[in-house]
Amino acid sequence: MKHRTFFWFILPTLSAMILFIALPIVSVFIQSLFVQHEQVLLVSESCGPFGCEKTTSIDTEATAKLREDRPLGRFNGFGTYTNRSHLAFAEVGEAWATSESFGDFWGQVLNLPFYRALIFTLTYTAVVTPLVIVLGLAIAVGVNNLPRLLKGPSIFVSLLPFLVTPLVGSLILFWMVDGDGVIGATLQYIFDDPSLSLKASTSLTWIMLIVYGIWHTLPFSFITFYAGLQTVSKDTMEAAMIDGASKWQRMIHVVVPHLMPLVSFVTLMLLMDNFRVFEPIVSFSAEAHATSLSWIIFNDLRESGNPLYGSAGATSMMTIVGVVILLTPVLIRTWRDFNRKAH
Amino acid sequence: MFLRKLVTATAFVGLMSTASFAADCGPEGQSIRVLASDFPAIHAVAGRADSNCGAGAEEFAVNHTTEARQIMNAALTPNPSEYSSVILANSTLTQLMNDGLVRPLNDLVEKYKDNIKPNQLITIDGNVMAVAFMANSQHLFSRKDILDQAGVDGIPATYEEVLDALEKIRAAGIMEHPLVMNLKTGWNIAEIFNMIYLGHGGEFFVPGSAEPSINNEQGLATLAVMKALVDYAHPDHLTHASNETQGLWEAGDAALGIMWGSRGAPILDDEGSSEEVTSNTVLSAAPTVAGGSVPSATLWWDGISIATNVSDDEAEATFAALVSALTPDMVAANNDDAVWLLEGFKPGPAAAGVAETARGGAKPYPMIPQMGLLHNALGAELADFLKGDESAEKALADIEAAYRTSAKEAGFLK
Repeated sequence: MKHRTFFWFILPTLSAMILFIALPIVSVFIQSLFVQHEQVLLVSESCGPFGCEKTTSIDTEATAKLREDRPLGRFNGFGTYTNRSHLAFAEVGEAWATSESFGDFWGQVLNLPFYRALIFTLTYTAVVTPLVIVLGLAIAVGVNNLPRLLKGPSIFVSLLPFLVTPLVGSLILFWMVDGDGVIGATLQYIFDDPSLSLKASTSLTWIMLIVYGIWHTLPFSFITFYAGLQTVSKDTMEAAMIDGASKWQRMIHVVVPHLMPLVSFVTLMLLMDNFRVFEPIVSFSAEAHATSLSWIIFNDLRESGNPLYGSAGATSMMTIVGVVILLTPVLIRTWRDFNRKAH
Repeated sequence: MFLRKLVTATAFVGLMSTASFAADCGPEGQSIRVLASDFPAIHAVAGRADSNCGAGAEEFAVNHTTEARQIMNAALTPNPSEYSSVILANSTLTQLMNDGLVRPLNDLVEKYKDNIKPNQLITIDGNVMAVAFMANSQHLFSRKDILDQAGVDGIPATYEEVLDALEKIRAAGIMEHPLVMNLKTGWNIAEIFNMIYLGHGGEFFVPGSAEPSINNEQGLATLAVMKALVDYAHPDHLTHASNETQGLWEAGDAALGIMWGSRGAPILDDEGSSEEVTSNTVLSAAPTVAGGSVPSATLWWDGISIATNVSDDEAEATFAALVSALTPDMVAANNDDAVWLLEGFKPGPAAAGVAETARGGAKPYPMIPQMGLLHNALGAELADFLKGDESAEKALADIEAAYRTSAKEAGFLK
């Protein structure tokens, strides 16, 4: 293709991507470099149904003038990135200097909100992604080998978890694992421990969230692999059978290599999705035991009644950086494959 | 027959319209747009305002949503704003005032003072910023029968007596986890801290500044009380908010509870629970703590505010319509839906807890601009302590550090 033709061909996509992806990211990045103006406080008397007392309030006129002069706020550079709510350089440095053992240091670091969220986010991503790929492939192969009559219904049933809205699905599960719910009560019966609670212990909460994540995203990898299985060449399979390859050997040496490009694709999608884990944490009320980067953004914007746009922006940028780091190995691999095929 | 029906109907409609013209609705033909939370008492006020003044207005729209707090600032920022009034509470008034989005009501109160008593006025620095019409607070719920069974005399009045009663109930083998409290991580757990901390006489900030001042003796004592309490609470307490605690109470799985007064009526009614539970449930003041005389609670009010960014006529029509609803007649029709601060309210058993808490001199939830940030920091950092992962000193230091970080970003601290 000529460069000129290529340019006109790609222009619509390119402009949409700049408008809807690149520009918002740039705007979030710029916002993350600023913090709010100093609030001009007034001490005053406030009265209500329950008596009067001295309180402070904001001088809105003075604050409005500051805002008008510099609408973005005060420039703070990377100050927000390094403060206690994010990378916490000062706190980590102090923990390193004062801690006696590595475990102690680690404990102090995990007490900081960003690192606590990061460790759960990474654990979740690292456990859910491979399990979803392996289990998805297993289910796809299983369904593919079913008699024709059963295929349709089993595909439908396998897709169900994906059709449930994440917020609703996790809320339903949350009620089921309650001590009075069907799963929670059954577990108490099996382990003969009436005080067993999945919601009260950190490790059980993590397991619950991870199991939910697998349950919810499994259909995506299943259906992708199932589609891929339909394209496996019959000739190659028959040749392998004639060569005396067992079912397992055919699976490992014929089917899996054939599906490798799909595996890369599914891995990319899952890494991106899992790194943004958010809904189950809210639905499971799991904030005491597990938080994620997306949850921090949500909390900054919503909970204090005073949205911290700079903080939320900084966490968003670091989430993007995190996704890029995670995706790099997969992208490099895809690039190499592409080059190999091209030459 | 048909004719008679028609006549009656016409007479009825006639009466209705006289009633609506009887209310002073201010300028006619205005657009009245109200943003409000979603619970029965607010439906009662907004509904009455609509039937009084809706006919004379060009538009009367009420958006009842539990998300009111999240959208109010954005909705009131444009000029003209999306709503001409927000029905709000202590903390949400601060949230709007921080951005200058609600107007002083002094003139309007003067003009439409018929249904307003002086103690309803929320005055800040001489300006009336809201007109309160109902109160709410968390307080003690007790099961008389279980306390008797465990040999506890009377209803506990202090947290020390509460803990003592809990131990007796557990020791008697009646319940392993007799206590329910709204301890859900986030807003709820922080509110419990606020209540017990105020009960200890604590101050959240160095007066007149935004410096936090909770890392002190009272803060430590508060955490010690909370730690002692959660030992008797359901193991899932860090996920429990009002719906869960009310459910446990109605199921008869708790003997003592700290819950919102607004849950009193739904608990005491004949739905969702057994006769045994409802007939033995007693609502009383929030307990005092550590020899203090003030109930450990924060008092909340709900009231009317008017947006800055609307025309004066719209503002007046909205205010007149909403105030026209605050009549003894409306209170009589919805007596048990709230603890009304209005003429004609007859406190029933469901209101006893809030009324006693207010009479005991409990403090209102602080209307300080930076309180939301401290509340959020408390909500995020307290769980570690209650789970037993860190010491009380460390928890308080963490809370102050988390608050300082966000207060610096929001411009309250340098």
